[in-house]
Amino acid sequence: MIKGTVIIDRDICKGCELCIVACPQESLGLSKQININGYRFAELVQDNCTGCVNCALVCPDVAITVYRQPKSAIKNAG
Amino acid sequence: MEQEKISKNEASQNGREARLMKGNEALAEAAIRAGIDAYFGYPITPQSEVLEYFTNEMPKRHGVVLQAESEVAAINMIYGAAGAGGRVMTSSSSPGVSLMQEGISYIASAQLPCLIVNVSRGGPGLGTIQPSQGDYFQAVKGGGHGDYHLAVLAPSSVQEMADFVFDAFRLAEKYRIPAMILADGALGQMMEKVILPEEGSLPKMQKPWATTGKPNSRERNIITSLFIEPEKMEMINLGLQEKYRQMQSEVRFEEFALDDADIALVAFGLSARICQKVVDLAREKGIKAGLLRPITLYPFPKDILSKLAEKVNFMLVVEMNAGQMIEDVALAANGKCPVYFKGRMGGMIPSPEEVLKELESLVEKQSVSQD
Amino acid sequence: MEMIMETETATTLNGFELVYKKPSTLTDTPFHYCPGCGHSVVHRLLMEVIEELGIQEQTVGVAPVGCSVFAYNYMNIDMQEAAHGRASAVATGIKRILPDKFVFSYQGDGDLAAIGTAETVHTVNRGENILMIFINNAIYGMTGGQMAPTTLLKQVTSTSPYGRNKEAMGYPLKITELLAQLPGAYYVSRQAVYNVNAVRKLKKAIEKSFAYQKLNRGTSFIEVVSNCPSGWKMTPVESNVWLEKNMFPQYPLGDIKTPKD
Repeated sequence: MIKGTVIIDRDICKGCELCIVACPQESLGLSKQININGYRFAELVQDNCTGCVNCALVCPDVAITVYRQPKSAIKNAG
Repeated sequence: MEQEKISKNEASQNGREARLMKGNEALAEAAIRAGIDAYFGYPITPQSEVLEYFTNEMPKRHGVVLQAESEVAAINMIYGAAGAGGRVMTSSSSPGVSLMQEGISYIASAQLPCLIVNVSRGGPGLGTIQPSQGDYFQAVKGGGHGDYHLAVLAPSSVQEMADFVFDAFRLAEKYRIPAMILADGALGQMMEKVILPEEGSLPKMQKPWATTGKPNSRERNIITSLFIEPEKMEMINLGLQEKYRQMQSEVRFEEFALDDADIALVAFGLSARICQKVVDLAREKGIKAGLLRPITLYPFPKDILSKLAEKVNFMLVVEMNAGQMIEDVALAANGKCPVYFKGRMGGMIPSPEEVLKELESLVEKQSVSQD
Repeated sequence: MEMIMETETATTLNGFELVYKKPSTLTDTPFHYCPGCGHSVVHRLLMEVIEELGIQEQTVGVAPVGCSVFAYNYMNIDMQEAAHGRASAVATGIKRILPDKFVFSYQGDGDLAAIGTAETVHTVNRGENILMIFINNAIYGMTGGQMAPTTLLKQVTSTSPYGRNKEAMGYPLKITELLAQLPGAYYVSRQAVYNVNAVRKLKKAIEKSFAYQKLNRGTSFIEVVSNCPSGWKMTPVESNVWLEKNMFPQYPLGDIKTPKD
């Protein structure tokens, strides 16, 4: 299973939840704290992200940067 | 109007061609010679020949001509093309120029140089197609929303219809403002000899602010009139007002027989031609009248009028409207002499005789009051 | 979820490769749009295409009056701000002066299909070689949620408080289909950004339209059926559900006119 991760800019996020519903892995959820604009921001709530980029594609605020395990790493991890 | 007495061959020697042309066509020919990049217009009597001339000539020479779907669209095409760095022009007549007012306000705020020609006709409303000067306020006080002005030039001959295209673009590009030629249906339709300006003799200006596509070497250019923070919007306004102050140095006017005059006629455009005749007729009757013809309606020649008001017994303002420029003349005279008005409306043109009659009755009335 | 030690370089994080980041053609100004609004997704896709095609220096955009009136704060290209309804006329002026540049206009439904209808119809009828982007969220967002030409029958807005009724307020205007009839319309498509697949399809449509613009064969027109959480008084997630259920029957997605060759 490819592993991935996301960096969400918590102060840019407006808590619209569109990434949460777009994530096939249900890796994302809304934080309990609020950001400088008073929004609860999206964050990783499970460590099962596959780096599929769905969340970043639907994010209206370009708050999400996505990283994914290179294929080479999986092969030798075998 | 003493025209430059250049004989035909003399004119052609110094590269300037003499032709017998309609005002509308002389205007368009001068614009092509000024190297305009584009003209956007819409048919409306009495100036449709301008658009027609471009559609005939530009394909053979240079420049883009586009008949828009309305004057509203045309002025916004002007906005876009001027913002992209083009030397651009539109023309219309009173009702069409009214449709352009919002666009002109945006152009003034976004500080875009362009030329707008109003070949005015009688109004208000659909009005008539006969000449009028009823758009003076709209042109000079700013017909759209907000505090802004255009540079306004008022030709009174076919020669000036051509020459003022160059002058208007110089002002527009020097100050980054919209410039207007305020003509009328008669000037547009009449034919006179015109010495045409030399092709390409108006140098193009650098426009680093234009939206030509952002290279890495500079920040992006934005053409806008939106400044949502009032502090910023006020800064823009202060900048515009400073521009208008600097433009006072561009005042132009013409004087006729004012040296020994004790009465001053004040008139622009077509009315000035009529008043020139009135000056001759008055002098034949021993009335020492002279004429002051504003050429720039904005900036308005208030200083010369203020001085004149100290010298003459009274001023008679002659216009083809209900009395508009008279307000600015009265402001300039500042009570130093009476300022009277004689005008015709609805597209009617005052005759020299009826103006003379008014002049004589004023002289009489004044001499009675002096005895 | 403890914070993993982030050793980040430009393209890797803890050995993972960077696979998605913000395009350089967007500025650093955060979007002012309401949470979940589709406008900024379209902005991003547009700028992604411009970045990928390397045409930042070749492109001039025109912003409308409406929620996206500040589009030029986000798009790092030369742009002009048009009067309400006149973006396509402004774009025409630009394209006629700069015929070899890419030019696009970006408008909302009130801007393009109400006050700007004449400019819209005639720009397309002239086949101006520009891309016209039309965001249809069936409401006037910027001014506080009034009815738009594309507001659906029975849809409640601040100026159709009892629901839009055709007797008094006419029908939802399918302007895109109207425009597709015009020979000047070279490529006409209706897309959306309500889910990942739609976002991917919209990006392809934008890429196609820039390729078409080089051919100088007419206007490319892309409608984006989008949401307005604030105006519709829904959460962003609810708005996309409502949009799919109510907007798509009236405004079906897909290419409406594609070039034959």
